[in-house]
Amino acid sequence: MALNYDQALEKYEPTLGLEVHVELNTASKMFCGCATDFGALPNTQTCPVCLGLPGSLPVVNAKAIESSIRIGLALNCSIAPFSRFARKNYFYPDMPKNFQTSQYDEPICINGYLDVTIDTDEGLKVYRVDIERVHMEEDTGKSLHVGGATGRIHGAEHSLLDYNRAGIPLVEIVTRIIPGTDKYAPEVARAYVAELRDILRSLGVSDVKMEQGSLRCDANVSIAPRDSQTLGTRSETKNVNSLRSVERAVRGEIIRQANRLEAGERIIQETRHFQEESGETRSGRSKEQAEDYRYFPEPDLLPIVADPAWIEELRLALPEKPSVHRKKIQEAWGVPDKEMAAMVNAELLTTVEETVALGAEPTKARSWWLGEISRLANEKSVEPTSLIQPSEVAQIIALIASGELTDKLARQVVEGVINGEGDPRMVIEKRGLKVVSDDSALMVAIEAAIASQPETAERIRGGNIPAAGALIGAVMKATGGQADAAKVRELLLKHLGQG
Amino acid sequence: MSTPIISQTAAQMSAELVAGSVTAVELTNAHLDRIAAVDGDVHAFLHIDREGALAQANAVDASRKAGEKLHPLAGVPLALKDVLAQKGVPTTCGSKMLEGWRPPYDATVVTNLKKAGVVILGKTNMDEFAMGSSTENSAYGPTRNPWDLSRIPGGSGGGSSAALASFEAPLAIGTDTGGSIRQPAAVTGTVGVKPTYGAVSRYGLVAFSSSLDQAGPCARTVLDTAMLHEVIAGYDPKDSTSINAPVGKMVEAAKKLDIKGMKIGVVKELGGEGYQSGVTIRFNEALEALVSAGAEIVEVSAPSFEYALAAYYLIAPSEASSNLARFDSMRYGIRVGDDGSRSAEAVMNMTREVGFGKEVKRRIILGTYALSSGYYDAYYGSAQKIRTLIKRDYDAAFVKVDVLVSPTCPTTAFKIGEKSNDPVAMYLNDVCTIPVNLAGIGSMSLPCGLAPEDGLPVGFQIMSPAMKDELMYQVGGTLEAALQSSWGKPLYASAPELAVK
Amino acid sequence: MAAISREEVAHLARLARIEMTDAELDHLASEMDLILESVSRVQGVAGEDIPPTSHAIAMHNVMRPDVVVPSLTPEESLSGAPAREENRFKVPQILGEE
Repeated sequence: MALNYDQALEKYEPTLGLEVHVELNTASKMFCGCATDFGALPNTQTCPVCLGLPGSLPVVNAKAIESSIRIGLALNCSIAPFSRFARKNYFYPDMPKNFQTSQYDEPICINGYLDVTIDTDEGLKVYRVDIERVHMEEDTGKSLHVGGATGRIHGAEHSLLDYNRAGIPLVEIVTRIIPGTDKYAPEVARAYVAELRDILRSLGVSDVKMEQGSLRCDANVSIAPRDSQTLGTRSETKNVNSLRSVERAVRGEIIRQANRLEAGERIIQETRHFQEESGETRSGRSKEQAEDYRYFPEPDLLPIVADPAWIEELRLALPEKPSVHRKKIQEAWGVPDKEMAAMVNAELLTTVEETVALGAEPTKARSWWLGEISRLANEKSVEPTSLIQPSEVAQIIALIASGELTDKLARQVVEGVINGEGDPRMVIEKRGLKVVSDDSALMVAIEAAIASQPETAERIRGGNIPAAGALIGAVMKATGGQADAAKVRELLLKHLGQG
Repeated sequence: MSTPIISQTAAQMSAELVAGSVTAVELTNAHLDRIAAVDGDVHAFLHIDREGALAQANAVDASRKAGEKLHPLAGVPLALKDVLAQKGVPTTCGSKMLEGWRPPYDATVVTNLKKAGVVILGKTNMDEFAMGSSTENSAYGPTRNPWDLSRIPGGSGGGSSAALASFEAPLAIGTDTGGSIRQPAAVTGTVGVKPTYGAVSRYGLVAFSSSLDQAGPCARTVLDTAMLHEVIAGYDPKDSTSINAPVGKMVEAAKKLDIKGMKIGVVKELGGEGYQSGVTIRFNEALEALVSAGAEIVEVSAPSFEYALAAYYLIAPSEASSNLARFDSMRYGIRVGDDGSRSAEAVMNMTREVGFGKEVKRRIILGTYALSSGYYDAYYGSAQKIRTLIKRDYDAAFVKVDVLVSPTCPTTAFKIGEKSNDPVAMYLNDVCTIPVNLAGIGSMSLPCGLAPEDGLPVGFQIMSPAMKDELMYQVGGTLEAALQSSWGKPLYASAPELAVK
Repeated sequence: MAAISREEVAHLARLARIEMTDAELDHLASEMDLILESVSRVQGVAGEDIPPTSHAIAMHNVMRPDVVVPSLTPEESLSGAPAREENRFKVPQILGEE
């Protein structure tokens, strides 16, 4: 019988390493002046250089160098005093020159680290992820596989190539093996990518949109029997397009490898592709016949000699680290660790911050986003932020505070906004969700309730205040829940001589 | 009888254009007629851009008529080596691989030529992707030496040198990775200059070996070469290795005709045994002429030069194996075997098998080997260190002397087919020219006479320190003047008449 | 250096993506032997302390500002394409994945 995750972890210990590719958000490409706009018409952002036309030559984008150094600094790396580009030689149709201009043994940043926090059984725990290197390279073009049933590469009749993406600057961030994650490997992987993404976002160097491929993660996973001293053979899982997928891919790969070993099979060193629908990985290219990339220094480009004064200048201008920022927020709002972690893991800190910035009380903003809105998002399998704007949430919270909405009504307003009925004011208007605060209208309902339950009214007049609940309930029912219960209570008791 | 216009120097043509005694269109037509008459035998051109050339000439004439200030070379025709991209004009690099390819852009050299109003007649033949010393490796058939049609015109730029020697053009562009400008100049009795690496933009020059390739000017005289040098050289932000400094005054240097007190070093390792006797005789005569002109000759040793050839035949193929990877039939060039059943990979393999010639495949395989894991340090790595040693030899020499000299090649033009089955013997042709490329310095070949034993031109090489290209023009101009006055006429005027068809 | 075998040449041809006939591989193997024999002279000439030279003219930090310049038109970009479909390069089915 197949092992599940917990069973796999009982017998095997996983080892994790991560390679993240980040597309920089420079205006022009790495080695030429072509624009980098996402979604442009095919081959409209191409020139002799990024098409690899004979005779063309690369010239390095200064902003890409600066961004790479800033990334290195934010990840606590040393900036190499001397670094350079190398050619990585291999053939692929979407690679215009059939070599990728990359960095090999002289990358721009080395030896950094990033701390990530995970909610474990023993409470919050910090894992230090060591970063081996940060290097620059260029992206490839995109292939579209035509014909065949799947639209995938297998079974396609031919392929169509668009080189708009070719030559967009990429930064590759490679971790060392992350030790001691044990069963939290999937969570550590996710937290690392999330933290990295937040840092990159705070630096403003990339759009960091995983779904658009501007941040891509390759997860290297291996497992070894618990009593073993050696590392297992690793697989490299690509095509991991969301944070959730990072976690799922690592988990899935651990389960797959464990079951292979259980079945007496060996792990093949290969590239695997994550399947979003099934959460499993599918075999790609075997790396057992190791490619020989024949790296050599790129003769068309010159070395980069980073001036220490410039590096210092860039270091001083770095933005506040997301982890420091979070600590500040946590103190200011007085949020307990667990709830802070929940907010960060749910990817909602920035959103809550935006909502608070618009005047909402932090606790309220947090509970709306992590509660009702997250629940609805979960139902629809979408991101909470795709359903409703922070400004709308802030508006709803303000309406509750002013007594114009009850919590119950507010939930209906949220629902209306999500259904596309307009902004909160419009939803209230259309649905007629205003709290009934007109005393005379309420009095009519109160008198009707008294008339229908004369004994209860008598008991209240006699001093039995708790009996008021039944009448308040009747009034609320009569007003369709649109009345403010506290107001009803106040008016009722006064009317019966108890106010 | 006045000299026919096509036999004049570019400087003389320029003067006539300025004087109005000839128009650019007339001059262009005269050369197109000459090409039509003799190129059937010589085969210097792969493509003649009659229409484009005449349009350019017309534009120059119109500008001149309108009184615009023109570059001295405006309206003078030129032959462009087929390794440089010219927008809309077939650019094959002598390879079947690029048959029919018309680049959508101009090389910076071409842009500079067009800006100056130089009229581009067409594209000249070459060894495939500039790999060779004889132009026999062209996929479109060999070019023949106008001095003896059974002999090679040098290579890889044999088309450009033959065009000059046969008066099909007064100016030409060559490219030099290991001697492809200078060796063809030497064996055709013309002048060719490989400028300092980075002096002329490589943008649009289809790369053979990126760290060695350099485009340069070719002509029949030192002055013409200098004039063309000033047109094509200069900083280009599109080429990272381009030198960001003003272009030196080459024309002024070529006209100086004064080398009194200059120290000229003869490289001991580039001469003597293994050199054809006529080559040595004419080289020594040229040295005497330099002494008579007031220079001091010093013998200089460059011990690492003996490893230059070996280092070159590792570095150049290594870079080439990577540079030529892009020819895969996906985006441009020919495509072979795409019958609907084969994969992209299989089509790449077939195209590269069919599209590349023997020598190109030989060098790709050699370069792939030299870069592969396990061999990198022994081959590519060792060769890059030799490069350091050669640079140091030059640095040491240039402390003692202003320029260095040697024969351009060990022999005069050999017979077509004579060495085509012996790659190692063929590679030896470049023994004197290669050290220059490895060090990145500038160098010129100019004619120093005809070898007594075969009556064929001998080349004299002048090497100047990096970014001091003026020096070779100064020495070259002086030597040329001295030799011509002893011969009574320029060497190119002694070339045998070609049969006119 | 040991002589280079036909299998080695075949491996190099695979890396270089050139489909060679057996006869061609045999011929090339023997030529490679000769060439390698002569170029092997580079080995052991320069000591450990000699740095390699990758660029003859030493320069560094050559960069361009991050400014967009006009691209080619798709018509120009695709002008040399052996096959095209609309504005994309059309190529045979791709086998590998990377």
